[in-house]
Amino acid sequence: MSGTYLGMPAFPEAAREAVGNTTLRGNLRHATHTIRAKRATAVAEVSDWAELREAGKRIKDHTLRHLDRYLVRLEESVTAAGGVVHWAADADEANEIVTQLVKMTGESEVVKVKSMATQEIGLNEALEAEGIRAYETDLAELIVQLGKDRPSHILVPAIHRNRGEIRDIFAREMSEWGRPAPEGLTDTPAELAEAARVHLREKFLRAKVGISGANFMVAETGTLVVVESEGNGRMCLTLPETLISVVGIEKIVPTWRDLEVFLQTLPRSSTAERMNPYTSTWTGTTGGDGPSTFHLVLLDNGRTDTLADEVGRQALRCIRCSACLNVCPVYERAGGHAYGSVYPGPIGAILSPQLRGTGSEIDASLPYASSLCGACYEVCPVAIDIPEVLVHLRERVVQGGEVTREGNKVVLRPAKGHAAERAAMRAARWAFTHPGALRTGQRTASRTRRFHPRTLPGPGRAWSGTRELPPVPAEPFRDWWQRTRGGKDGDR
Amino acid sequence: MRVALFLTCVNDTLYPDTGRAVVKLLTRLGVDVDFPMAQTCCGQAHYNTGYRHEAEPLARHFSDVFGAYEAIVTPSGSCGAMVRELYPRMGERARAEGRGDTLAATLAPVVPKTYELTEFLVDVLGVTDVGAYYPHKVTYHPTCHGLRGLGLGERPRRLLQAVKGLELAELPGADECCGFGGTFALKNSDVSAAMGADKVRNAESTGAEVLCAADNSCLMHIGGTMARLRTGMRPVHIAEILASTEEEPVV
Ligand code: SF4
Repeated sequence: MSGTYLGMPAFPEAAREAVGNTTLRGNLRHATHTIRAKRATAVAEVSDWAELREAGKRIKDHTLRHLDRYLVRLEESVTAAGGVVHWAADADEANEIVTQLVKMTGESEVVKVKSMATQEIGLNEALEAEGIRAYETDLAELIVQLGKDRPSHILVPAIHRNRGEIRDIFAREMSEWGRPAPEGLTDTPAELAEAARVHLREKFLRAKVGISGANFMVAETGTLVVVESEGNGRMCLTLPETLISVVGIEKIVPTWRDLEVFLQTLPRSSTAERMNPYTSTWTGTTGGDGPSTFHLVLLDNGRTDTLADEVGRQALRCIRCSACLNVCPVYERAGGHAYGSVYPGPIGAILSPQLRGTGSEIDASLPYASSLCGACYEVCPVAIDIPEVLVHLRERVVQGGEVTREGNKVVLRPAKGHAAERAAMRAARWAFTHPGALRTGQRTASRTRRFHPRTLPGPGRAWSGTRELPPVPAEPFRDWWQRTRGGKDGDR
Repeated sequence: MRVALFLTCVNDTLYPDTGRAVVKLLTRLGVDVDFPMAQTCCGQAHYNTGYRHEAEPLARHFSDVFGAYEAIVTPSGSCGAMVRELYPRMGERARAEGRGDTLAATLAPVVPKTYELTEFLVDVLGVTDVGAYYPHKVTYHPTCHGLRGLGLGERPRRLLQAVKGLELAELPGADECCGFGGTFALKNSDVSAAMGADKVRNAESTGAEVLCAADNSCLMHIGGTMARLRTGMRPVHIAEILASTEEEPVV
């Protein structure tokens, strides 16, 4: 995945700063709570939501099970429609392919439709290194790019910014990238949107190359689909002469008909709209209409390895609606940057450690970045059981085990730093399978309760730093039960 | 009806009053309660932290201890969800690992017989008015595993509404996690504390004297935060409220 995030500290450390930043927490709280409530209303309007969710899950599972077949079918359809298909095993390969394709056009700038796949591989940075400037045209993505920032949300990458901050970024940076912000720009949404529109229009009309991702690819027709709200994507998809789409291999659906399900569940889950304002579909090339050259780069980058894992593979059903982020209490406090990836929130916590492996500190800590409250599973429109995958990945971290990396089966060793925990878990398991030992422990705790410290040592310090400990009672329940014969000899 | 009380290791060790309240309440409702002395822990902490293989012997032990009873009642939504939701999954995983059906077969008998307390009262005994008296303003926090794991729904609130003298205050953001999450509270202590503080502030805004829930682990976290923030509110397990009567009030 992208080199941008290498060397991130573990999640708890990365989150600490965000938790202490009151502006950030306020911005996130406001944004997530607003969209959360709207989504619930939009979903409640649909009488067959449960069936749609189940259908989405099944279509995706079916496609993933026969991915090899559908990918070949897609390649045939795209080629027949006049497109060119390229296969990229990892980020470097994909970046190399796109860079070469742009160079062949002789252009040194491109316009971009908001796309998670190109962020995942760090395409903008790779193009920059080859002297090609990539302009983001999605409003929130533009804010992130101008602010030399990182995205912190799948759908609203600048969710951590408020209007005042956005005004300052526009006023300061727009002139660096093209048309400057108008004099005396205020922070009203209408003025900010207008400034962005004027700034971007120039780019749309000038660009010869467009780069996009896709929400879906239809195997039977070779059609790609982009679902968006602003319409800037459609400009990038139709105006340039060359269009390059970089898409993860899991985004495929077998037939046109399957879109019926996702075009209902995606907008309601993500923006809480009944239907998104712009749905663009394109199939190869058409003479005299739209780009005359079309390239599709199919990106693996850890997806086939993820597919090999029975429990974890359900993460590949994700349609990137971001509903799980918006309901996640951990995301709300920690912010998107703490997840160290373009995929933050609950889906990021299960996707990144699978796509990238659990080797780095941040990736080994992500499966623990959840209280397992289950809110993410409840809202997910393709029913990804995120808590189940989190626990599964925790097991991988603490116990190691067999995984597939780059197509080969390898046996992972348990991650470092869990030895004390492992020993404690073993000891507890022993005590809990020997009721007598448990009882002795309880009695000792009760007898020495006057001497118990108010603060805990070791990992427990984190608890007693912010919460009072419960007092240990004079007598555990089982002793009371035995002494009073279950209360028959009086309650005291 | 003879039922087994599965109190859970946390309640047994730290919250014996909850256990006594359950016994008192069920006995008052004509239920013959037994407490199998060999019981220990359902294995949830192990399972959820990633030690599934350490959790398996605990699940087997649970089945050995409780398998013969007609019903198993627990005053903990999360331990109830462990048995009902995750025991079957443990069996499936063992099968997927080529270890056969033994684990699944061992665990199967306890799964449908395990009830969280409020579920047992409403669904099995068919009561919502348990004859309790508790003259306080109370707000109810539905814990995540009770809410989403077991689908307790309105049951606890219906029970509370029927309590004489009790004024039920709606908790804003009730379905948001309090931030406990077992080892999450230790591993991600900053985020956990922030979630706890928000929960406590929401509870305070109701003007209730008591925050009630069906899980002492969450109450330990919320109560510890309340004490540190000096709110003057108290955490109380729902069993203690339901056990309280005019003759024998629980304060
Ligand atoms: S995991 Fe589910 S809820 Fe989260 S972004 Fe993906 S599809 Fe949406």
